[in-house]
Amino acid sequence: MNKERFGEIDVAETLVRLEGVAKSYRRGNQDIAVLDALNLNIERGDFLALMGPSGSGKSTLLNLVGGLDKPTRGSITVGDARLDQMSGGQLARWRAHHVGFVFQFYNLLGVLSAEKNVEVPLLLTKLSKAQRRKHVATALDVVGLADRARHKPSELSGGQAQRVAIARALVGDPDLLVCDEPTGDLDRSTADEILNLLQVLNRDHGKTIVMVTHDPKAAEAARQTLHLDKGKLVEAQGVAA
Amino acid sequence: MIQQIYAVTAMNLRSIPSRLGTSAVIVIGIAGVVGVMVALLAMGAGFQATLASTGEDDRAIVMRSGSLDELSSVVIREHAAILAEAPGVASNSAGEPLAIGELFMLTNVAKHDAVEPNNVVVRGTTPQVLNLRHEARLVEGRMFQPGVREVVVGIGAQRQFSGLQIGDLVEVREGAWPIVGVFETGGDVHESEIWVDREALVTASRRSAWNSVTVQLEDAASFTTFKDAITSDPRLKLQVQREPDYYASRSEAMGQMITGLGYTVAVIMGIGALFGALNTMYAAVATRTVEIATLRALGFGSVPVVISVLLEALVLALLGALIGGALAYLFFNGYSVSTLNFQTFSQVAFAFRVSGALLVQGMIVACLIGLVGGLFPAVRAARMPVADALRAS
Repeated sequence: MNKERFGEIDVAETLVRLEGVAKSYRRGNQDIAVLDALNLNIERGDFLALMGPSGSGKSTLLNLVGGLDKPTRGSITVGDARLDQMSGGQLARWRAHHVGFVFQFYNLLGVLSAEKNVEVPLLLTKLSKAQRRKHVATALDVVGLADRARHKPSELSGGQAQRVAIARALVGDPDLLVCDEPTGDLDRSTADEILNLLQVLNRDHGKTIVMVTHDPKAAEAARQTLHLDKGKLVEAQGVAA
Repeated sequence: MIQQIYAVTAMNLRSIPSRLGTSAVIVIGIAGVVGVMVALLAMGAGFQATLASTGEDDRAIVMRSGSLDELSSVVIREHAAILAEAPGVASNSAGEPLAIGELFMLTNVAKHDAVEPNNVVVRGTTPQVLNLRHEARLVEGRMFQPGVREVVVGIGAQRQFSGLQIGDLVEVREGAWPIVGVFETGGDVHESEIWVDREALVTASRRSAWNSVTVQLEDAASFTTFKDAITSDPRLKLQVQREPDYYASRSEAMGQMITGLGYTVAVIMGIGALFGALNTMYAAVATRTVEIATLRALGFGSVPVVISVLLEALVLALLGALIGGALAYLFFNGYSVSTLNFQTFSQVAFAFRVSGALLVQGMIVACLIGLVGGLFPAVRAARMPVADALRAS
């Protein structure tokens, strides 16, 4: 078990810190606990895989780390920001500048070309059109899809679409990439390409990555793997990248 | 914020082609509402315009005190002679007062392709009427001759009723009288009438008094002088109205009824269209749940999402309004009909008038339907928890 992850704080290196985080949902008259008194630190520059059976709370944890949801109890700090104390609008603004999302089904906007999809997060910044275009070109170059910039999502393979989604997550240069089953819709070789890309982003570009996966091979690409079961962290396994 | 709204709205609008069927529900529904509403209001506007445009400020109509209209009024010839000499009445070049006592009766004429009789006004007047009502002019044939049983018909009546061509015979009193001419009066209510010589009509109808007297005043300001002279004369029990005021009052109730009908039908159809818009926009939001959630996950706020959905509904509504307004204009503007004015028991021919103001009204109604129809789906889209909505994929 990794000491730094479970409570003992290393302030200088910690990007994400969860303290006593609980999350429950109300269904009828019943509260369903999904996460329970969870403590977790994620270091800046880490590549963390979250695994666990369905319903274990890993997606809920990912949503909390990415600022898509708020905890029922406990505190979540990412960088200097206390996510648990933010309003919905504040969280939206924070997400726009500090986190990039990669989804299992890419979630690209079908009516937009690849480059326009990548540009979407930059519409929330004050960058000029020329600056936006430059950032988009760089992001597409990083994921190796500069030549597919004008293609619509329907004209791309699954692997290419996921690369576009990764470029969209990267384009605003966020501290944190949150990936929800990024290889879940891809065949093995394409999945490996995506995982290699994520490793490059982590290793060469210093991106902190939190990834939920069911795939043990995908988890092997991460530096660290944590397992959740019934809302609690039950095991950690170090994996060298 | 504006950039966010623009971006989300542009995406919504660009995805409309993939949702043509559901989007068409709003467009067609609102086109129907606007088309029918504008057409009905154009009918009311045309009717009111026809009567309101009748008469001149410097002409007055004199009737028996307390009479609501010419049909129920009697002005005996002695009184007509007195009022023709009253101050403020203009004279012609021969020095004769420009005042004509007229008979006002009804006759039955069938509309084209119909057999049911309709009340058409028969006005007993003199050939001098063309000098008194200077907007009147013969467009075909000739004027009736004094003392002869001849008819000139208004061009509006000729359009709406059968058997009113020159040479035809029309039942007036004591048999059918030949039509010798056609006149127009600039689209006012007199165009729905048929005019005959008053002395011929007096003989045929065995009446001696007039129903009203119309006088040409020296100018519009002379009205008060004239009115005061008539109403203060103890021999006369007459009322004086400016011509436009009289004819406007005759259209008021009927015009309000038609307008009221227009709005009632529009409201009923509007409610239907509103539900159509709600359904469409709910469907539009539902099919884009993941897209909207993705945008919100990327940092787009709720307000741009709400505004973008509203704008989409507005764009579709305005498109519907344009189609409905254009159809109403193409098919109804200038379309001539006649209807019974129950205030005078006579048929009035008039043309639908699709004005810019009515089209703007149609646009406003369409916008309201679009806004209300888009609001609830927009709020739903904005309030959907992002994490839940993302799982909708």
